[in-house]
Amino acid sequence: MSNTLLEIKNLKTSFRIGEEYYAAVDNVSLNVNKNEVLAIVGESGSGKSALAFSVMGLHNRAKIEGEIVFKGRNIANLPSKQMNKFRGNELAMIFQDPLTALNPLMEIGRQIDEALILHNKNMPKKKRKEYIIDLLEKVEIPRPKHVYNQFPHELSGGMRQRVIIAIAIANQPELLIADEPTTALDVTIQAQILDLMRELKDDLGSGVILITHDLGVVAEMADRVAVMYAGEIVEIADVETLFENPQHPYTRSLLSSIPLVDDAQDKLHVIHGIVPSLKNLPRQGCRFSARIPWIDESAHEENPELHEISPGHFVRCTCYKHFYFPEENKEEQNHDTAQS
Amino acid sequence: MWKFIVRRLLITTPQIVLLSAIVFILAQLMPGDALTGLIDPTVKQERLEELRVQLGLDNPWYIQYRDWVAGIVQGDFGRSFIYKMDVTELIGQRIVNTIWLSVVSVFFIYAIGLPLGIISGRYNDRLIDQLITGYTYIGFATPIFIFGLIAVWIFGFVLGWFPTGGSVAPGLDPGTLEYYLSKIHHVLLPALSIALIGTVGTVQYLRSEIVDTKQRDFIITARAKGASESRVYNRHIFRNSILPIAAFFGYEIVNLINGTVLIEQIFSYPGMGNLFLESIVRRDTTVAITLVLISGIGAILGALLSDIILSMVDPRIRIK
Amino acid sequence: MTLLKVDDLKVHFPIRGGILNRKIDSIKAVDGVSFEIQPGETYGLVGESGSGKTTTGKAVMGLNKITGGEIYFKDELLNAGKKVNIRKDIQMIFQDPYSSLNPRKRVLDIIAEPLRNYEKLSKKEEKKKVQELLEKVGLSPESILKYPHEFSGGQRQRIGVARAIALKPKLIIMDEPVSALDVSVQAQVLNFMQDLQKELNLTYLFISHDLGVVKHMCDRIGIMYNGRYVEEGTKEEIFNDPQHIYTKRLVAAIPDINPQNRKENLEFREEVKNEFSNSFNNYFDEEGLAYQLKPVTDTHRVALPEKG
Repeated sequence: MSNTLLEIKNLKTSFRIGEEYYAAVDNVSLNVNKNEVLAIVGESGSGKSALAFSVMGLHNRAKIEGEIVFKGRNIANLPSKQMNKFRGNELAMIFQDPLTALNPLMEIGRQIDEALILHNKNMPKKKRKEYIIDLLEKVEIPRPKHVYNQFPHELSGGMRQRVIIAIAIANQPELLIADEPTTALDVTIQAQILDLMRELKDDLGSGVILITHDLGVVAEMADRVAVMYAGEIVEIADVETLFENPQHPYTRSLLSSIPLVDDAQDKLHVIHGIVPSLKNLPRQGCRFSARIPWIDESAHEENPELHEISPGHFVRCTCYKHFYFPEENKEEQNHDTAQS
Repeated sequence: MWKFIVRRLLITTPQIVLLSAIVFILAQLMPGDALTGLIDPTVKQERLEELRVQLGLDNPWYIQYRDWVAGIVQGDFGRSFIYKMDVTELIGQRIVNTIWLSVVSVFFIYAIGLPLGIISGRYNDRLIDQLITGYTYIGFATPIFIFGLIAVWIFGFVLGWFPTGGSVAPGLDPGTLEYYLSKIHHVLLPALSIALIGTVGTVQYLRSEIVDTKQRDFIITARAKGASESRVYNRHIFRNSILPIAAFFGYEIVNLINGTVLIEQIFSYPGMGNLFLESIVRRDTTVAITLVLISGIGAILGALLSDIILSMVDPRIRIK
Repeated sequence: MTLLKVDDLKVHFPIRGGILNRKIDSIKAVDGVSFEIQPGETYGLVGESGSGKTTTGKAVMGLNKITGGEIYFKDELLNAGKKVNIRKDIQMIFQDPYSSLNPRKRVLDIIAEPLRNYEKLSKKEEKKKVQELLEKVGLSPESILKYPHEFSGGQRQRIGVARAIALKPKLIIMDEPVSALDVSVQAQVLNFMQDLQKELNLTYLFISHDLGVVKHMCDRIGIMYNGRYVEEGTKEEIFNDPQHIYTKRLVAAIPDINPQNRKENLEFREEVKNEFSNSFNNYFDEEGLAYQLKPVTDTHRVALPEKG
């Protein structure tokens, strides 16, 4: 399909701990279309950031298996020299922490300029400066000419995140990966940054991968959503379906564990147990099964697969058919949770 | 930045005054006084008292301190009892030699330390890094005088590549090419000895700074821009790692002052360090006190220099 | 009886400058804040970074020097001197469970620390007490000899809670207690704190920037902006009937979990944003500070413009 920008096929990203390799991303397949926001949701340890770094080729010592096809070309394991032609150009990334993601000893202008120099060697210096000032204006930074010569520590967190966005969009990327872009920001700033990202996306027609743990941000931004748990995608659907008709036990648990502003819940749902660490991932069977022990074992598949239950809506394992919340023995469950 | 520097300079003044007071008190606490070493032991007690009054040695300490400081300000540090000459004149010759030795040593310290630190940090935990780190451990463990002795024995006596004493071959006219070549020839071995041992701190410091900077978030930002590995190192990692090293420059000088004391002795190099040991052994109090004062002031100025360099290179301090 | 009364609290930090490093100005981190907390309630203090909410909490805790105003705890003036017996009635839980526990201390020593400061217990009694506390926060009593790194984030926060409740305090100040935690762990900790509140009859001062969490936990809420209160009211008043433009903006900025409201939210947010910038000068004085609070109802106070 010509509309597909990125297609990930059976991606497995493993890290070596001691003598063995452990997969932080396991058998992930997904695609991102032009002008589409795909959100990847999960808690820490779900592998969502490792997935983003794999696409960008930013892992230092990871084993990457499978394919990452970007505009028809497999960029998995591409030598960094060739990868550098994509990075910061057609493929760009926005990072989580604006306070640490900029070089403290370099002027803002020069940091943006670097992205230009690397991919637009012929642009004269004067032109680049004009372009950068336009860019700063575009990300709604007041007094761009002044900011051009400032250092990161002179700007607030929200302003720095705008600079990071300016760096990312400097070369009009076709695919933008945003890794928790608003987690470190205040709510009102978060709303502004999300608005800005939405506008820029519409402007450039780029595809966006939005990595986040915040379901509110997902509901506001995403077209489609992939939910990750323990390195695997457990559910993919368009955003309305996911919020209205979530199927996988993990998605449902997650949704009922967030305190909502709209309707007050008496008690929040607590997911039993803890997220397994990379070394303790279950190697076989449904990885979420340990956290819903009240569900009969026969409900899980031996080798859980993604099932398309309606067009575009995929759920891993058959346990979703048998899932219910154990409201009756909640107290006991609470207690167990902490012990493990 | 200027405010910072001016403020820093203002702090320096009381530091130096305090230092001079401490040095003076130490001198007072030493057994005997300026006369004890000067006078023939057979001189009568009355004559001694007379001389004391004459020299102002019976005045209260603060008057003596005032006179001493007043002298120093005018460039009069007193007289050496051993050499029977003004301390200023005596030190004048030596100080040039020591500064020359220090400058060459600093040059070698950075000429050796920077590349080794950079290689070690960039390729950390690989074989080359392990070799360099091994060298730094040896450097830390080896006392400088032992290393100096071995160097002078092998390269001076056995191989005869370098002279084993003095700062210049005798009989050369100052200003001629031979004179300068000889000076360089004489300074090379002691300076290298200081540098090879003295640089290990720089190597390790730079290595850990680089290893640290490598993992910072803004390095990932740079990579995500599509910057090549060498660009990432040159534009982002080194610049940010060398900053604390640059700031350390002033302290490095302080260290050198201590290092030269032993090295000058071993290489019979006529500098201040050599003179210092000699003055202590022979109880040449005026000279010893002056040298302590000078190196103390050197240390204070070194720290000042470090702060000023830091304030100039780090925008977080510069822009305020 | 009011448990905590903060009256016209001011915390100013000096800005030093000039060649002699003299005080040339001050940052008014907290500038005239007053509120009361009743026993058994959870009071939310909300604001963005730099609003002064954490500074207020620390001032109550006695961790900041107070520039002006008074803090009363059970009608006793707190800031006058070292009233040790009152101080132990107020405890604090910090944001980051990873850095607020000393990594080189065992759980036993961490939790026993306040006990050692205030109560003289034998080793055996102390150990028994710590084990009881661990059980209370839902951790295994056998874990007293473990170190913090052996626990997950949620468990660490429980250790922090165990330490805080060791002296049976009346008031616990919680500074962003769940902000560093994953959603599912956050739910665990929030539920647990609610249970604990009922069990031990605790009063909470809950400091957070997350309005969803605040709404879930708190009975009454104070909104801070730039060191001052802009609005105070019950949960319903703040969320259903915000009066101050800043509160409106804050409430509007919360992401909505329903993707179908996206467009409306966007428009509403735009509207509120315009209202905020258009009427900023009405709601704030020349320095950008809020005006005095004026009562709207018995429980609802808003920093409305002086005139008109």
